[in-house]
Amino acid sequence: MNRCPRRCRSPLGQAARSLYQLVTGSLSPDSVEDEFELSTVCHRPEGLEQLQEQTKFTRKELQVLYRGFKNECPSGIVSEENFKQIYSQFFPQGDSSTYAAFLFNAFDTNHDGSVSFEDFVAGLSVILRGTVDDRLNWAFNLYDLNKDGCITKEEMLDIMKSIYDMMGKYTYPALREEAPREHVENFFQKMDRNKDGVVTIEEFIESCQKDENIMRSMQLFDNVI
Amino acid sequence: MAAGVATWLPFARAAAVGWLPLAQQPLPPAPGVKATRGDEVLVVNVSGRRFETWKNTLDRYPDTLLGSSEKEFFYDADSGEYFFDRDPDMFRHVLNFYRTGRLHCPRQECIQAFDEELAFYGLVPELVGDCCLEEYRDRKKENAERLAEDEEAEQAGDGPALPAGSSLRQRLWRAFENPHTSTAALVFYYVTGFFIAVSVVANVVETIPCRGSARRPPREQPCGERFPMAFFCMDTACVLIFTGEYLLRLFAAPSRCRFLRSVMSLIDVVAILPYYIGLFVPKNEDVSGAFVTLRVFRVFRIFKFSRHSQGLRILGYTLKSCASELGFLLFSLTMAIIIFATVMFYAEKGTNKTNFTSIPAAFWYTIVTMTTLGYGDMVPSTIAGKIFGSICSLSGVLVIALPVPVIVSNFSRIYHQNQRADKRRAQQKVRLARIRLAKSGTTNAFLQYKQNGGLEDSGSGEEQALCVRNRSAFEHQHHHLLHCLEKTTCHEFTDELTFSEALGAVSLGGHTSRSTSMSSQPVGPSSLLSSCCPRRAKRRAIRLANSTASVSRGSMQELDTLAGLRRSPAPQSRSSLNAKPHDSLDLNCDSRDFVAAIISIPTPPANTPDESQPSSPGGGGRTSSTLRNSSLGTPCLLPETVKISSL
Repeated sequence: MNRCPRRCRSPLGQAARSLYQLVTGSLSPDSVEDEFELSTVCHRPEGLEQLQEQTKFTRKELQVLYRGFKNECPSGIVSEENFKQIYSQFFPQGDSSTYAAFLFNAFDTNHDGSVSFEDFVAGLSVILRGTVDDRLNWAFNLYDLNKDGCITKEEMLDIMKSIYDMMGKYTYPALREEAPREHVENFFQKMDRNKDGVVTIEEFIESCQKDENIMRSMQLFDNVI
Repeated sequence: MAAGVATWLPFARAAAVGWLPLAQQPLPPAPGVKATRGDEVLVVNVSGRRFETWKNTLDRYPDTLLGSSEKEFFYDADSGEYFFDRDPDMFRHVLNFYRTGRLHCPRQECIQAFDEELAFYGLVPELVGDCCLEEYRDRKKENAERLAEDEEAEQAGDGPALPAGSSLRQRLWRAFENPHTSTAALVFYYVTGFFIAVSVVANVVETIPCRGSARRPPREQPCGERFPMAFFCMDTACVLIFTGEYLLRLFAAPSRCRFLRSVMSLIDVVAILPYYIGLFVPKNEDVSGAFVTLRVFRVFRIFKFSRHSQGLRILGYTLKSCASELGFLLFSLTMAIIIFATVMFYAEKGTNKTNFTSIPAAFWYTIVTMTTLGYGDMVPSTIAGKIFGSICSLSGVLVIALPVPVIVSNFSRIYHQNQRADKRRAQQKVRLARIRLAKSGTTNAFLQYKQNGGLEDSGSGEEQALCVRNRSAFEHQHHHLLHCLEKTTCHEFTDELTFSEALGAVSLGGHTSRSTSMSSQPVGPSSLLSSCCPRRAKRRAIRLANSTASVSRGSMQELDTLAGLRRSPAPQSRSSLNAKPHDSLDLNCDSRDFVAAIISIPTPPANTPDESQPSSPGGGGRTSSTLRNSSLGTPCLLPETVKISSL
């Protein structure tokens, strides 16, 4: 057995090895060690004061937010799967996983695959306490899937489809196949000033500021927390 | 909704910023929910022991006592705390449920008391966490069984009263199955038992050699041949009784086919058949040889005792359930026997006058040696034979002794595993059903909310506001979120039924003139009293309309709708955790299905459903052309009033 070189992975070698183990009574190594490989990763946010500086939340608000966050995710970070699951609880009728994935990418600003409390609070701060321009910026960032500074029709179509997916099957009027595409066309008509097929950030912000509905709806976010 | 969903709601609402630029209609304004005064610490005094917790913690589960407004009933204004006159030790577990989302079961407490506490605090037993669930269930089942046993013992004493009109057949069957119910049944039970014993004993005794006194040389003769008449009479008597019993059972059985196929009846048949076959078989020698073998089956009468003995039945069930393990044991034994028999045969081949004449002959030696019996009628003489013989006996111990505990433990493990798997499957089903119910509950709550006009700006009239106000802040915000999504995509959420109905209506030929009749109706309190379209009537209407467009059908439908169908309200805000549909929050939201009495008969049936649509209070506010395909009831304050409208 010892003469068998390490590289020897032939079935013969394995058979011989198992026979040896059988004869000498040694069982296969227990996978006990695997149990201790549980991830004890625990992410702690920076101090309260730092977060207060970085975001526009008050101390109390941050406390409440963190308590809720910590209760749900004791490890301190939210993975994409968790994120999708959390978000899907609000939209029982449809499939919100694609949109949740886009959201996750928008919140995960350092692109490390998980959303920590700082990311979470930073995003919320922009949306809930930021100026209109900040919010529009954030929305643009959400739509711009490859973060190249402009929204193409394909990107927008993806986003649109994911939003329509959230509605589920039972809607009134019934969802047609072309509905997202039409919506995208509308959007581009409105937003794409120079008709070059992409929407840049300036075009986006400019068009949104001219749109009354959008400006009015911005007040939505004023008293969420 | 699950535990921390309330925590994430602000985040989900914030994420709606992504829909803003895409919305083609203005998004609805946020609900004017009074901002909570931050988080405060509540004091809960349970029989003197004070528990303190954040208000948010308790708010996580809005459909329990502590999470809802029900706890206000227990608020003691003087001390500023909530006082409960309950067990403080149990309360600890209840409170931990709010904190961690898992309900643990205390090991040293009575399960009944725990259940009562859960019921008081509005927690469903299914919430018990996985870690404690199995034990909880086991203890509960034990308890239930114990209580059931007590009940049964009670009942067995007086005997359950049969319905007065029970036929002879039912009474007979009951007498057969429960001999303790009446004296006659008991007598019958013992008589048959006695005769089974007599028959078995007779079978045994008739083979014992009796000394034939009549002959000069005392010849040993089996008693059966010495007293043939006596044994024949006894046999006849027994068989007559058994036949009578079998026929009676066959008559009384509720399902004769099933009875015929059951094991016990087969045993009965096998027990009495040899006698009848013997009667009809001619008394010549060749056939009677075969007939003698048939008599062996008479011994099966002993299995009839299993009706009288619970233990036998359990043994039978055990063997049946352990069949594969037994089969494996047999198989491995057979393998070993064949191997050793072959070896022994070839080892002993050379010897003359050997007993090992063939391999099958060596089987006997192998079996006797492996089971450590060692009769000694066959012994190896060569050295090789002796060596292999000793190996055979050593391995025999192993082969026999090893599988048996394995079978025993296997049996126990499989038995428990089956139970656990069934439990888990049932739990899974319940969990899935609960999730589905929660989902539909949420959807229904939102749809209901829409129907209640909660989405209109400044609802017209007191009545509507009452309905709307009774929803929790969480629900307000969640519904607002869903409404935003609707506005973004210009589609509305509906339920499955209306969706299919809409499809059906569209296929009819597009009767889309719905909302037009609505907006013409006056806005105001009276409009609220107007007809709510009963889902059932609408369904009927669509079905009728689909089948034929005849006027006569229309009038039939009107008659139906005039009947004022009442439908139970869909589960509303107290949805999710509690599986039972929560009865409506208050009278205001009590939806009844009173339909407008449609006066004009000659109306095309497809249009009549339009009449029964609920009017939208403040319907002018709707700028969009989306049609409201609502089929859930709107709040009707005075259910007695039915608005009469014409086309």
